Amino acid sequence: MKQKIDKQLVRHIAELAQIPITAKEEESLANDFAATLKVVDQLQKVDAKGVKLTYQVTGLKNITREDEVNKKNMFTQKQALINASHTYDGFFVVKRVIDAK
Amino acid sequence: MLNKLTLKQAIDKLDNKKITLEDIWADVLSAIKNQNDKLNVYLAINKNFKSQPNKPLKGLPIAVKDNFCTKGTITTASSLLLKDFVPQFESTVTQKLKDAGGEIVGKTNMDAWAHGSSTETSQYGKTLNPRNTQHLPGGSSGGSAAAVAADMCIASLGSETAGSIRQPAAWCGVVGLKPTYGRTSRYGIVAMASSTDSPGPITKTVEDAAILLNHIAGHDPLNATSSSEKTPNFTESLDKPIENLKIGIIYHNLEGLENVWKLFAPQLKIFTKLGASVKYAQAMDPKHAISVYTVVQRSEVSSNLARFDDVRYQHGRDTFGNEAKKRIMLGTHTLSKVFNTHPYSLAQKVRTLLIKDYEKLFKKYDVLISLTSPGFAKKVGATEGSAMFGELEDMLMEVSSLSGMPGISIPCYRDEKTNLYLGMNIMAPMWREDLVIQVADAFEKNTSWNSWRNNNYQ
Repeated sequence: MKQKIDKQLVRHIAELAQIPITAKEEESLANDFAATLKVVDQLQKVDAKGVKLTYQVTGLKNITREDEVNKKNMFTQKQALINASHTYDGFFVVKRVIDAK
Repeated sequence: MLNKLTLKQAIDKLDNKKITLEDIWADVLSAIKNQNDKLNVYLAINKNFKSQPNKPLKGLPIAVKDNFCTKGTITTASSLLLKDFVPQFESTVTQKLKDAGGEIVGKTNMDAWAHGSSTETSQYGKTLNPRNTQHLPGGSSGGSAAAVAADMCIASLGSETAGSIRQPAAWCGVVGLKPTYGRTSRYGIVAMASSTDSPGPITKTVEDAAILLNHIAGHDPLNATSSSEKTPNFTESLDKPIENLKIGIIYHNLEGLENVWKLFAPQLKIFTKLGASVKYAQAMDPKHAISVYTVVQRSEVSSNLARFDDVRYQHGRDTFGNEAKKRIMLGTHTLSKVFNTHPYSLAQKVRTLLIKDYEKLFKKYDVLISLTSPGFAKKVGATEGSAMFGELEDMLMEVSSLSGMPGISIPCYRDEKTNLYLGMNIMAPMWREDLVIQVADAFEKNTSWNSWRNNNYQ
């Protein structure tokens, strides 16, 4: 699991996670990550060969519901947009994603 | 002084018409007015209530952690990103609280996004511990625990991912009950780690926790992971003898715990006196739980918090505080494909081992008991420069969180000099909150550590 944590890697992760960070933060985050990943590395010492993974603890499987509209649990268009920063004509306005750079 | 009533006392006195709901609210609101500026417990206060004499909770003032969505009332999760977020729907748990006649008196401060165990990471300022204001209340449900400790409510709701109900309860000298994962619905709670998040009561007494849990538990079709397991009447576990119960004590020989253990160990004697069998047992080293929790929690955080941006919530991802940035980015990293051995998969495997270890112990013991936190409440400012603060403070509870098992923290020692408390963590197998309540109630009623047990209002 070992991997060197440097500022370049931190920049890359920040971009993937869409978290804007400053140059000063790059440094302190790199240090914090190294400290935390050291703790995580202890897992390598545990013999977990052949052990099943636990994603869910109550054993529930394939919980489905009828494919019906639940009108009690529905937003009006106004409610759906009420917390948006920009709207236009009943739509969300989003930043350009394609060809953004 | 009616703000000092326990939930049970308040309900009984209203039933007997000895006091009025208006008087209780007046005293609670005045306690808030006198203390909130200093303690910073509430981010929002509600003064409107209606008497509901025919409902079980009567219209009593209940504090709610600010990560429960409340329809029409700003819900921030103590973050700046959600500063102006007005939910258009109600969380299932607060809806159930309201249906039972509970009134929300305010939304309480917490670690931002519930990321922490101090309430110092709140983007609206830290909360101080009402027992000693030089110290932290713990977290993430620090505001809810402090509201109870300072009698600024009759009872409160918090949520726990790994220790966030029990640790602040321990540090504030109150009772905190983490139900079995899936016992209470996660619907409408600002998500942290979806595979362990569990809302639950923070209260003055064990009895109050049982009463509140009765009202908020149950299957919820809006939350696919909520269980259809039958909800028992938890108050039936009160005042029950514990003779013949088998109690296993764990984490007694951990390095660094020697000093608090000296104070904790004598408190266990009461169980023997009451006829239970008390034995020391050996659990897997909690350091593995810290590692597993760190990977699982960061990974789930990075996924859950991906949805928050200025398109839907007005404020952008640049407003995340340092702790949230760290956790989101670390989770992004642990979920990425750069590793030979995938840390997320490895963590989920070791999680299985930790669960099996507890299951094995529960074949021998009815309940497991440990300290809640490795020590007393830390001083204000303690999180500074400590990348793993929460994980270390919560390590004794992490297995029960990762496994979904229920647990309660009750006050079990008070330091006379500092007025700070130690918490006792009582854990049981899945769906056995009844055992946790039974043992905790027996301890509380046969010792004098609970500061409400001997009040003059009984």
